[in-house]
Amino acid sequence: MTTETMAKGAAPNASALKRQPPARRRKMRPGTYVSRLAIILAGLVFFFPFLWMVATSLKPTSEVFSTGASFLASRIEWSNYVAAWTAIPFAQVIANSFLVSIAGAALTTVVSLLSAYAFARLQFKHRDKLFLVFLGTLVLPQEVLVIPLYIMMNKLELINSLPALIVPFAFGAFGAFLIRQFLLSLPVEFEEAARIDGAGSIRILWSVILPLVRAPLAVVAVFSFIDYWSSFLWPLIVINDVSQATIPLGLSMFSGERGTDWGPLMAAATVAVIPSLLVVILLQRQLVKGVSMGGFGGR
Amino acid sequence: MTALPTLAVKNAKKPAGVTGHGKLAALYLAPGMLGFFIFIVVPLIASLVISLFDWPLFGTPKFVGLDNYIRMLSGDPVFWTVLGNTLFFAVCYTVLNLVLALGLSTWLHSLGSWGPFFRVLFFVPVVTPMVANALVWRLMLTDDGVVNSFLANFGIAGPSWLSDSQLAMGSLIAMSVWQGVGYNIIVLGAGLNGISPNLLEAARIDGAGAWQRFFRVVLPMLSPSLFFCTVMTIIGSFKVFTQPYLLTLGGPGESTNTIVLYLYRNGFSFDKLGYASALAWALFVIVMLITALQFSQQKRLVNYDN
Repeated sequence: MTTETMAKGAAPNASALKRQPPARRRKMRPGTYVSRLAIILAGLVFFFPFLWMVATSLKPTSEVFSTGASFLASRIEWSNYVAAWTAIPFAQVIANSFLVSIAGAALTTVVSLLSAYAFARLQFKHRDKLFLVFLGTLVLPQEVLVIPLYIMMNKLELINSLPALIVPFAFGAFGAFLIRQFLLSLPVEFEEAARIDGAGSIRILWSVILPLVRAPLAVVAVFSFIDYWSSFLWPLIVINDVSQATIPLGLSMFSGERGTDWGPLMAAATVAVIPSLLVVILLQRQLVKGVSMGGFGGR
Repeated sequence: MTALPTLAVKNAKKPAGVTGHGKLAALYLAPGMLGFFIFIVVPLIASLVISLFDWPLFGTPKFVGLDNYIRMLSGDPVFWTVLGNTLFFAVCYTVLNLVLALGLSTWLHSLGSWGPFFRVLFFVPVVTPMVANALVWRLMLTDDGVVNSFLANFGIAGPSWLSDSQLAMGSLIAMSVWQGVGYNIIVLGAGLNGISPNLLEAARIDGAGAWQRFFRVVLPMLSPSLFFCTVMTIIGSFKVFTQPYLLTLGGPGESTNTIVLYLYRNGFSFDKLGYASALAWALFVIVMLITALQFSQQKRLVNYDN
């Protein structure tokens, strides 16, 4: 099956989480200027939907369509942001999103670290078999699981609760896989020295391993934060009360209620996009590393 | 060595002189494996069990054997429509995404110090919430939206991008490629960075032209990254839900209805959790078969020598 063949592949690189060398510098030729001009144009076209989102969020509703392809309306309409803020309990929805994403990322990271440490460093029966079964679920679409998970949440009376948004999706294999790969590239000597000095296993994990694995932990935290932040299908299923909604669900409820009111809707969308944009700008190194290890793949 | 995307798994070494850590391991593994069991293994099996029932949201489930599967395969033309739509989406999305990502990442690689900035720019829609992305595309593609206003400047009467049954699926594919291509640009960019410039220089000195260098050197060296991208992109494409849900509601007619959208509607609009679970298992089997097929071809298609 897939997991076995995965294991037979080439040995991955110990340095998978190290910084990449910068691309080689080249001499500037005339072609380079043309190429740079072209990429600026391509980049602008590609980014256009976001620019349009912000432009629309600042237009009076009456001018959303009448201004045609023009970015600017007769005046800048900040009141769309106020309207978005009051149309749904938007402050509550943003708070929910942050709570769910932060709690989910924290839970995922801690659980992944503990599993990864056991799979990388401890000896026990059927360890590698268990790991491969676990890893196989990287390619399992979560959509397959939503019906039984819904029934489970219903039985536990957790429908319309934030724990229902957080807990079921904190146990994927991606985090444990990524941290385990990193641990295997670290020498065991630090841990053995600590053990000889009399440190117990928990002490070793806390004061020897933890400082060394900060980089992969950050990758796992960033990826699970974004996964929770963007998740739509599961909140749509398990939440039907807007006061418990996260931002994507809030946006879709909003568009359902006032589908034609594009100004406030795009204002809300802009607000939803900003945290993700900050993550991309501030944490691009973590993102690049995580993507190369299968992040965003199986969820 | 640089970061190569990988689907290969390292084996943990057995340190000499260490005996079992059974109890300790159980302690560390308890949260992860308990969660894995409760929230992944149990639902996967439960999904199969539920698919054998007539299971309403409220009320008593009734065992019906294989009826849901029989109905799916022989009594429900919509199933074949959504399966066909999903396959069509998957093929177009994957091919366009990979071709575009390969072209763009090669281009960005040639831009030297400008490359990384644009690589991140193309990655932005991967990270922003799909719902926000889909909604702004719906605004842009409405009949009097910005796309048609732009076309009108050239005297072209723009079509109904989202409500014409010929065009709606194309619009979904375009939006999805825009949303997803940055992921593969990052992966392929990392792969390109891993190719030694000396190798390309040597090929050039040996008289290989630009195309020859691309097809004979770059592409084989990139094959592990390409394999990774293909596997991930195909899996992702079968899960398409948010785009049809928000852009077209699966319409017009059933022309953009997909497996997951149909699954969602059966479960939570039509009150048929059993039938929805049968659809979920159909999705599961298809994704697993395609993934297994790809891995079985891995040795033939992928060059892991460096």
